[in-house]
Amino acid sequence: MSQIGSFALLLALTLSAYSFLAGALALAKPGPGSERLGETARRAGIATFALVFLAAVVLVTSAFQDDFSIAYIYHHSNRDLPAPYKFATLWSGQEGSLLFWSLLLAAYGLVLRLRHKTDARLFAHASVIIAAVQIFFLLLLNFAAHPFALMTGSLPADGAGLNPLLQYPEMVIHPPMLYLGYVGFTVPFAFALGALIMRYPGEKWIRITRRWTMVTWAFLTCGVFLGAHWAYSVLGWGGYWGWDPVENASLMPWLTGTAFLHSVMMQEKRGMLKMWNMWLIFATFWLAILGTFLTRSGIISSVHAFAQSSIGGWFKWFLLITLVTFTFFFFKNKSHLRSEHKLESLISRESSFLFNNLLLLLACFTVLWGTWFPLISEYAQGNKVTVGPPFYNKVAIPVALLLLLLTAVGPLLAWRKTSLESLKRNFMWPALGALVVGAVMVGFGVRPWSDIAYFYALMAAMLAALVALTVTSEFIRGGRVISCHTGQNLLASIVHLWHRNTRRYGGYIVHFGVAVVIIGILGTPFNQDKEKEMGYGDKMTIGPYTLVCESYTQDDNPNYSNEWAIINVFKGDRQITTMYPERRFYKASQQPQTLPRIRSTVKEDLYITYEGLNETTGRPIIKAHLNPLVMWIWVGVLIMIGGTVLALIPNTAPVRVVAPARVETAPAGAGD
Amino acid sequence: MRMTTRTKSSPVLRRGLQAGLLCLAVFAFLGAGDESSRFSSLGHRLMCVCSCNQILLECNHVGCTYSDRMRGELIAALDRGENDDLTLQDFVQKYGPTVLAAPTGTGFNRVAWVMPFLALVLGVLTTVFIVLAWRKRPALAAPGGVLPVAGVELERFRTQARKETEI
Repeated sequence: MSQIGSFALLLALTLSAYSFLAGALALAKPGPGSERLGETARRAGIATFALVFLAAVVLVTSAFQDDFSIAYIYHHSNRDLPAPYKFATLWSGQEGSLLFWSLLLAAYGLVLRLRHKTDARLFAHASVIIAAVQIFFLLLLNFAAHPFALMTGSLPADGAGLNPLLQYPEMVIHPPMLYLGYVGFTVPFAFALGALIMRYPGEKWIRITRRWTMVTWAFLTCGVFLGAHWAYSVLGWGGYWGWDPVENASLMPWLTGTAFLHSVMMQEKRGMLKMWNMWLIFATFWLAILGTFLTRSGIISSVHAFAQSSIGGWFKWFLLITLVTFTFFFFKNKSHLRSEHKLESLISRESSFLFNNLLLLLACFTVLWGTWFPLISEYAQGNKVTVGPPFYNKVAIPVALLLLLLTAVGPLLAWRKTSLESLKRNFMWPALGALVVGAVMVGFGVRPWSDIAYFYALMAAMLAALVALTVTSEFIRGGRVISCHTGQNLLASIVHLWHRNTRRYGGYIVHFGVAVVIIGILGTPFNQDKEKEMGYGDKMTIGPYTLVCESYTQDDNPNYSNEWAIINVFKGDRQITTMYPERRFYKASQQPQTLPRIRSTVKEDLYITYEGLNETTGRPIIKAHLNPLVMWIWVGVLIMIGGTVLALIPNTAPVRVVAPARVETAPAGAGD
Repeated sequence: MRMTTRTKSSPVLRRGLQAGLLCLAVFAFLGAGDESSRFSSLGHRLMCVCSCNQILLECNHVGCTYSDRMRGELIAALDRGENDDLTLQDFVQKYGPTVLAAPTGTGFNRVAWVMPFLALVLGVLTTVFIVLAWRKRPALAAPGGVLPVAGVELERFRTQARKETEI
């Protein structure tokens, strides 16, 4: 089996190299034979997918067949590993996840090459660029991180098993989502670079890649938040975001990708920010690779240390080569990227996009700076320092609040120019609503002057309310206009409104989701936790809950042995549930793992961890967290994904194009 | 006279004593609250050094040989009445500068804090500069040499557009 996989990877590398060279040659020297040469390059790209797919199938089959002669299978699986995790072996470790990356890139390339008739020359350029990226990953797989490398010496009877932290259902879904996001940004980048190289006229490439970018962004959003949910459900410290370098690595391309999704509308609608968009999409692609470099190289210490290896040097060269290549073509062809319009007013949709981009980029810079500062410090003063949550909380939160303010104000601004009167009219009710929310919070005892965390929480609540209310008012306002014209009821009119411009109103729903996520996050300053040694019948009170230890018990299965506490939870005198926080000991890897139990309500999460036995007293330790509003984060993410899906649906009702007069409010359903 | 004085001063003394006790109690309770919040605050400014890369009070790394000991040392430092700076300095002396969860505000570490805000200022200035430069750019000629409408006629179009698109 391993030979088939190895051979498939080697052949895939050869075909990728051919696809790149023949494709580039056909584009560079147009002539009678170039079309046919280009076609062979396209087909070689398609065949690359088949071969990488074959290699992936071989690896997964080897995992299911417990073929421990393959070193990768030995290190990341064992006989008693449940089937879903055996399937997930494909992305459980270094070599497999690089193969998975290559497979996804090949799959994206396949779709692109099959749809080449949309614009043959532009697609040919994009195909060549994707082939170049593919060559890098296939070189890694063939020469630096071979997934089919064989074990030396006698064959082991069983594998070393999968890292216990990875044995959680989200292992099956989180990495694929994240990788679909990371890899997916290669496509808009390839189109952008292709358009730059060929001095592609107009903004058609943006329209072609619009859906790619949105789908990719949705995958990355899913991946980032699934990671947060996983950390919350498994790591047992009661939080969901620890500002770990690898978490940061996933956030950076998300921030620049979000900036690109916004600023690209300026290019599409007004022919502005062309150079900026080129750099933004390049930065997004580059940061996705940089994230992988951080995860793999081990140059920065991280809780994801299981992914460390020596392939960092390869990534450094690749990052450098892509930077030099992109910079070269940018300066060669930048005259092609001049803006077609000028900015007419500071109070306009265009300037709100500019400031939105500034803040998103600043947030990205802050995260990047914090992630790299330990290395900079080591270089400058000879010792590493830690840049952890206190730094990010102080620096990133004010930026996030400003972004939230822009999220609220931006949709109320019209393209070109908005009068203050119109802004005041549209903004008054949402602003009053936000003030009411602030007053209610102060009424409920949030004292922003007593602690900076409470101040941030209050600001975040007010701004989230502002975003939610502006989005709602936009729907209602637009719905009313349609209702007046068609006689439909308001709800049907709102649906009609969304049908007229799905991207705009889907985007608003994404904004609404962001507001809901912020509501979830702002519960953090009010978190409580308690720890107690609890014998039978012992009680612990946290918030409105009383925890009573009923008993402890244990069990055993082929994969792990476990013990868990049985905790009865009372609210007042009424027992509301029984929770079973658990500790496992995985046999193959000989590693322990705690599994918290969470009772989620819209108001708060009761989060209980069985920490183990006190070494001195021998008594079990139970830790309880009371985390307000956490459920809203996950609900908000679902709304964001739902909004993106709605934005992806094509418009069904035609949008009437109005002659470009200086309107002060955007027509219902028009614009973005 | 002495008796009278005693009788007169006794309630004052009693009130004084009561007030003193109350102050002491309040102080003691405040102290207790402070001690606990100081423990939480300092514990969240320190990292566990077991290489789990987590905040000291959040480390639940199974079998961690450091976090319990470090928490004990933190409680002991608070019991000794050390101030925050001294406590953190003790940890730095013992475990090295990476034990602090964020860079200090001294020496080169200041750069860590300054850079994001510097970037914000530079970013805002650049954006404003771009906006101003764009506004000064001459308007593009309309295709076909048609002059754009202006003045009263433009206002008429705008009123009409508002009427038709008012939402």
